[in-house]
Amino acid sequence: MSSETKQILTTDGIPLEVSLKKAEKKNKIKAFLLVAPLLLFIIITYVFPIGDMLMRSVDDKMVTEMLPKTFKSMEKWDGEDLPPEEVFEAFYFDFQKLIEEEREGKLSTQLNYTKNGFKSIIKKLRRKSKSFEEGNYKEQIMSVHRRWADVEYWRAIKRRAPAYTYQKYLKGVDMYENEKGEIINVPEDRRVHRILWLRTLEIAFFVTVFCFLMAYPIAHLLATLPMKYSNLLMICVLLPFWTSLLVRTASWMILLQQQGIVNDFFVMIGLVSDDNRLEMMFNKTGSYVAMTQILLPFMVLPLYSVMKTISPSLMRAGKSLGGTPFVAFWKVYFPLTIPGIGAGCLLVFILAIGYYITPALVGGASGTLISNQIAFHMKSTLDWSFASAMGLMLLSGVLVIYWLYNKLVGIDNIKLG
Amino acid sequence: MSINKEFVKFDKVDKSYDGKVLVVKDLQLDIAEGEFITMLGPSGSGKTTCLMMLAGFETPTNGEIYLDGNAISSIPPHKRGIGMVFQNYALFPHMTVYENLAFPLRVRKIPKDEADKKIDKALSMVSLQGFAQRMPGQLSGGQQQRVAVARSLVFDPQLVLMDEPLGALDKNLRESMQYEIKHIHESIGVTVVYVTHDQSEALTMSNRIAVFNDGKVQQLSSPDELYEKPVNSFVAEFIGENNTFAGEVSDISGGKCKVKLANADILANPISVKGKGERTTVSIRPERALINPTDKMDNIHKGKIEEVIYHGDHTRVRINLLGNSEFILKVPNSSSNLDIKLGNEIKIGWNSDDARALDPK
Repeated sequence: MSSETKQILTTDGIPLEVSLKKAEKKNKIKAFLLVAPLLLFIIITYVFPIGDMLMRSVDDKMVTEMLPKTFKSMEKWDGEDLPPEEVFEAFYFDFQKLIEEEREGKLSTQLNYTKNGFKSIIKKLRRKSKSFEEGNYKEQIMSVHRRWADVEYWRAIKRRAPAYTYQKYLKGVDMYENEKGEIINVPEDRRVHRILWLRTLEIAFFVTVFCFLMAYPIAHLLATLPMKYSNLLMICVLLPFWTSLLVRTASWMILLQQQGIVNDFFVMIGLVSDDNRLEMMFNKTGSYVAMTQILLPFMVLPLYSVMKTISPSLMRAGKSLGGTPFVAFWKVYFPLTIPGIGAGCLLVFILAIGYYITPALVGGASGTLISNQIAFHMKSTLDWSFASAMGLMLLSGVLVIYWLYNKLVGIDNIKLG
Repeated sequence: MSINKEFVKFDKVDKSYDGKVLVVKDLQLDIAEGEFITMLGPSGSGKTTCLMMLAGFETPTNGEIYLDGNAISSIPPHKRGIGMVFQNYALFPHMTVYENLAFPLRVRKIPKDEADKKIDKALSMVSLQGFAQRMPGQLSGGQQQRVAVARSLVFDPQLVLMDEPLGALDKNLRESMQYEIKHIHESIGVTVVYVTHDQSEALTMSNRIAVFNDGKVQQLSSPDELYEKPVNSFVAEFIGENNTFAGEVSDISGGKCKVKLANADILANPISVKGKGERTTVSIRPERALINPTDKMDNIHKGKIEEVIYHGDHTRVRINLLGNSEFILKVPNSSSNLDIKLGNEIKIGWNSDDARALDPK
């Protein structure tokens, strides 16, 4: 409100705005208290973990803290030739401290992420360092293993000096920073992640397309059938929701395996020969089929809720005005369902892009997605920072898709129910 | 050029949705070219079903519908070329007014400049020039309704169907739209089939009214005849206000009959009674009964005023007359000198011609 407009007073002489604020204050406090638990819950379970994940993905303090003296003495080292004696000495004392604290194993794991081959030479160094004499540590350390005399390994240690790093993100797209600080691709035979990213996008895209093609007629049927039939159909659509995801995936395994029901049926009707049964599981086909079925309700429900609001008289109007049933559908009905299509596609795509259990069980080697890789690093390699980095890349990918969608369709045009 | 009296013809049309109940029974109805005909009836009387069959959204279970001499039951709706105005307007919400009106022209592949002319004409017909680029959501209910009317006429159909088009409007707007639609009909001479449950709407607009009840046309006639000369007690009751006496015919002679009520005899005009002893319902319009009647009237009885309701231009008086405590009189305010007070005994009279002895209820 502009300051020039005349202030309106209530009958008591208090400015109207003040009076209004006072009257609404209580309601505002009440409303806030009502949502406060949810707000707290979201902060604790969502905002905080994502922040933690972000920190973890760039955090490289562990090594920095384990080798404080080494990194300090390394500041003067140019990295061209082997480091001077003082670096070796500092490293020896840092290392002795780690042995006392029994943390040298962690150091070897961390350094091994940076360069393979650290594990064994650190183990060896631990054994031999017990009998080290005072002075001339450079000679003594280098004599433990010839790799300790390799400048590459010292450069690898130096690269771990900063407390923060973006190496994990580079690794997520099959790149790394070499000794000279250049960002280059990993050798072709070791590029795994890019394939996974592309496959994830591909599977998510096609699952979305399949879901759309299947859900549209079902949703239309649901919206137009008389109540007693549509309720039954709705239960059929929702039934998978009430069944455990694991059970559903497992039942797809039963159906799709080579000795499974679907193959049996194909053989029975003579579509394929008995010794040439189709491979529909542990590959992309398995992921497509199972994910489409599991994500179908997420497409049906937004579409249904939008179609329910479209008056049947609109289609009739289209026809009575001379449009063929197809024209009436394409020009009148379809454009009105776009908000539902947008909502459904966005929902299914985003869910599919992060799908985990189903591809893990029926995807096999060629049907696993990026989330399976994340889980692998969480559980097997315990490289949590790498898992966090990939998780964040996935999250930002989703945000980009959301942004793109908003640009193209407009988020106001979305309708979830 | 002679007018086609059977422009639309329902020939023995039956319609049933479930195979058990007939919604429309043996419908026989001819609609002349250029006529404004209204299907009037309570909800569930089958009037909308008839309209839907004509539009092609329902198929007759039996019988045939002819449009300009051609059987149309097997022609799909989009090939019938019938304009239609729907109850909730059914404007396409994602298109502008212009696009809404252009829709029927585009599907007919009419060139753009010709289409633009037609759209301009249609919009000016409903006085909505300058609204072409608005979205339907930006228009008021009355404007939306006018767009719907314009859209149903823009492709020059010979027949326009209107399914309770004014049902969602408020009273004043409804009345002005009634005149507007009536004038459009008069100016372009299109045949209109109009469905409504509002009798005053039907009386105002139509050339002829078909009163539906129970799947049948009860009476098909002009508005004045329908009101003045209802052929059965349903029509008498449904159209306008109506005072009734139930009784038994005790005598019929010379175009008059004597009806014996519980405690008196009245004279009436035998419409659907044939002989003595028949049960009948006598119907009298409120304005046909007078207070302080002249001696010429052949029915004069005394009643007691039970209620007086002031209505501005007239006063409604409820009287207990001959055992009927719901007998209503309309007294124009110009006759305020009459002694109408609660509890007064007054004389009421009417001509036996205006008391129509119809079928018993």
